[in-house]
Amino acid sequence: MLDRFEIRLSGTGGQGIVLAGIILAEAAGIYEGKHVVQIVSYGPAARGGTSRADVVISENEIDYPKAMGLDVLLAMNQMACDESTPELKPTGILVVDSLLVTQTSNPRVVQIPFTRIAREKCGREQMANIVALGTLSQLIPAMPAGAGIVSRESMEAAVMARIPPGTEKMNKLAFEEGIKAAEEIQKTLVFEEPSEDHDQI
Amino acid sequence: MHRRKKPEPKAQLMQGNEACAEGALIAGCRFFAGYPITPASEIAEHLSYRLPQVDGTFIQMEDEIASMGAVIGGSLAGVKSMTATSGPGFSLMQENLGFACMAEVPCVVVNVMRGGPSTGLPTNPSQGDVMQARWGTHGDHPIIVLSPSSVMECFTLTVKAFNYSEKYRTPVIFLMDEVVAHMREKVVLPEPNEVTVIDRVKPSVPPEWYLPYEDTSFGVPPMGIFGEGYRYHVTGLVHDIRGFPTLRQDEIEPFLLRLFRKISIHFADIQLVESFHTEDADLVIVAYGCTFRSAHRAMVEARARGLKVGLLKLITIWPFPRRVVEPLTRAKKTLLVPEMNMGQISREVKRVNQGMTTVLTVNKIDGTMITPQEILEKIEEEKK
Amino acid sequence: MIEDRPLIYKYLRHDKKFPHVWCGGCGIGILLGSLIRAIDHLGYTKDEVVLVSGIGCSGRLPVYVDFNTLHTTHGRALTFATGVKLAKPELKVIIIMGDGDATAIGGNHFIHAARRNLDLTAIIVNNNIYGMTGGQYSPTTPYGQRATTAVYGSVEHSFNIAQLAVCAGAVFAARGTVYHVRQLDGLIEKALLKNGFSVVEVISQCHTHYGRLNKLGNQIDMMKQQRDSAVPVEKARKMSPEEMEGKFEIGILVDREAPNYLEQYNKVRQKAKNALSLQLTKEEKEESERREALDKQ
Repeated sequence: MLDRFEIRLSGTGGQGIVLAGIILAEAAGIYEGKHVVQIVSYGPAARGGTSRADVVISENEIDYPKAMGLDVLLAMNQMACDESTPELKPTGILVVDSLLVTQTSNPRVVQIPFTRIAREKCGREQMANIVALGTLSQLIPAMPAGAGIVSRESMEAAVMARIPPGTEKMNKLAFEEGIKAAEEIQKTLVFEEPSEDHDQI
Repeated sequence: MHRRKKPEPKAQLMQGNEACAEGALIAGCRFFAGYPITPASEIAEHLSYRLPQVDGTFIQMEDEIASMGAVIGGSLAGVKSMTATSGPGFSLMQENLGFACMAEVPCVVVNVMRGGPSTGLPTNPSQGDVMQARWGTHGDHPIIVLSPSSVMECFTLTVKAFNYSEKYRTPVIFLMDEVVAHMREKVVLPEPNEVTVIDRVKPSVPPEWYLPYEDTSFGVPPMGIFGEGYRYHVTGLVHDIRGFPTLRQDEIEPFLLRLFRKISIHFADIQLVESFHTEDADLVIVAYGCTFRSAHRAMVEARARGLKVGLLKLITIWPFPRRVVEPLTRAKKTLLVPEMNMGQISREVKRVNQGMTTVLTVNKIDGTMITPQEILEKIEEEKK
Repeated sequence: MIEDRPLIYKYLRHDKKFPHVWCGGCGIGILLGSLIRAIDHLGYTKDEVVLVSGIGCSGRLPVYVDFNTLHTTHGRALTFATGVKLAKPELKVIIIMGDGDATAIGGNHFIHAARRNLDLTAIIVNNNIYGMTGGQYSPTTPYGQRATTAVYGSVEHSFNIAQLAVCAGAVFAARGTVYHVRQLDGLIEKALLKNGFSVVEVISQCHTHYGRLNKLGNQIDMMKQQRDSAVPVEKARKMSPEEMEGKFEIGILVDREAPNYLEQYNKVRQKAKNALSLQLTKEEKEESERREALDKQ
């Protein structure tokens, strides 16, 4: 794997972005044993406003904790998508909630209606973050740069360790719906090999 | 459900602020008084949950002035005490912080730096309080300031901060920044028996012989605890060796000089730094806090391009590690000090340097971290 | 009071440099006598008493007596005392403050200490002026009275300290004067015995500044005015506001019961420990399950 693998989860405050970031970091750090740094940025509003969690994963100790070139960008609203798309690496993939992000400038986009899936399949829109994690657990290992970053088992274990007791069933369902949606999309998605010159600095 | 096994069973994802709180607990802190403020509130929140579990006490005071007062009171009654705040609250604490210096009361004050001045940038990082940590309270006084650059250091250096405060009977300021405070990293915390914890020396003489502010060869007098039979007077006025206010010149200056001496004769113990590739480097970056992480990245990139760049990480900010920086100024061509302020540590580097080498700076006060790229550009500009 | 001499000597610090800083005729010395008689009568040991003060004439009181003494910063005595009491609840923590100390710069700490109801005893010496700094007006300088920073008379209205304590939630609030010294002994003793935050406001004279600037005579005259203006609480209740004009009530204004902070916090500790032991049992269970699973493999 590369020295750094960078994932950004971004959206609106209240969408569970920060929790998803923690789960992702725990999946890679605690369950896969990688080095991991998770950093959030947020505005003063507890609900609404922009929420962003960056997760950097590496085999080696991580120095600079912020994103230098995103391998994966999950955008859960239009503004997040517009703001962060320029930070995607040429080989990176953009994953958007197709219900909330209607236009993208990046051709390598994975469009999945996380919020609708959460509402229709799980009965709660708030589960969209777990659906998205399911998707990421399917897509990341399929990326050439993402091999060995985080397995589906690790992600699932990390989800289950973080959710409130009594919601296991619902979360497992959400997680699996995310995987299912990714599997559909994956059939048509071609990943670009990382070039030798991955100097992102 | 298939349960995936953890490669390191004790590894956990932890935030810098939480790690700081856990470090305090393992160092023996059992009293916290504070007031909510972004970006330091997680320390209070975590301790409000953890302290009562271990028979400690958490209290949310009416403001930061009160918090600092309560911390000093707690320490005088024999309990290791701490508070945590950010810029605006740190400003309010300065008066009582001076009291702790004057009365030699061990305590730890965490300041998670955010953008200033005034209310500034509550959720953005900064390193603008370096000079305030040194000179914030009025009058001449020494102080110890440590600065972490990782979540693990938030833990280990908080223990060190308590150890220094107990050993030297002085407030220690733990100068974090918003990045390190809110960042989450994987850490494996040590067991309590794996951590060195230093407790204050208490008097061993009979109470009637006890001189609470007597000079010793170590520079630090043993500390009597309220309620343990060593009744003495604690005051913010300049006092004689018995603790009573004095206006005698022959008592004032020896006392104040001892406050400096107790720190200065132990510089070797207090001044912590870490060097990376400084031996063969002709340009050395001097960095601390979260900026160290950018500087490290820049160094790695620069060396990959064949540039001889080294890095000195300052863990102890004050007293300024002159012992280490001074030799660098003689041996190296260039020093580069990146920091998220208009040049607070670079002033010190220049002072120590006395014109011997070129000192460059990268300064940034826009509420974001200095990027490795920005440091690298400066290096390449210099190397042209 | 001849019989007090040996008692005072029992508590004064022999190694302290005297004379003290107070003017001859100041009321603070009388209060110190009262405080010592109350402590002695209650049989507190010197080691268990912590005397905390702020800044001002009253701030200098602790240094003369042989207890654990703590002379803090201006207005902050209650905050230091809060730390001491929470760290070592078995100590008897007594706070001496002045009117400016407690209700101007320390006003916020004062009302919050009362609200919090930690078991502390606050004694506030009210001489209507900042004495040590040279006679500037304080929050208890009456309207129209003069001070060195109110040479044309103060245009601010004054605080009623004991009433302020009542409103902020103190479980015991009383007012005495240094003239009614026997009553003061009793009020301080009751305050010390009270479980919770207790306040005694002590009306005292500053003839050097307040008396001189307002032509109130010498210390004796000012104490006579205390005698003439003080009305027992019970009697004051029957008097009209007009009749009470220029007078003040003395005695116990409130004496009520409420759980103190530490009793409450001990419940928090218990809850926290219960939660912790639950969590540990759960972790142990998970750990043994994990081991079993490994054994099966």
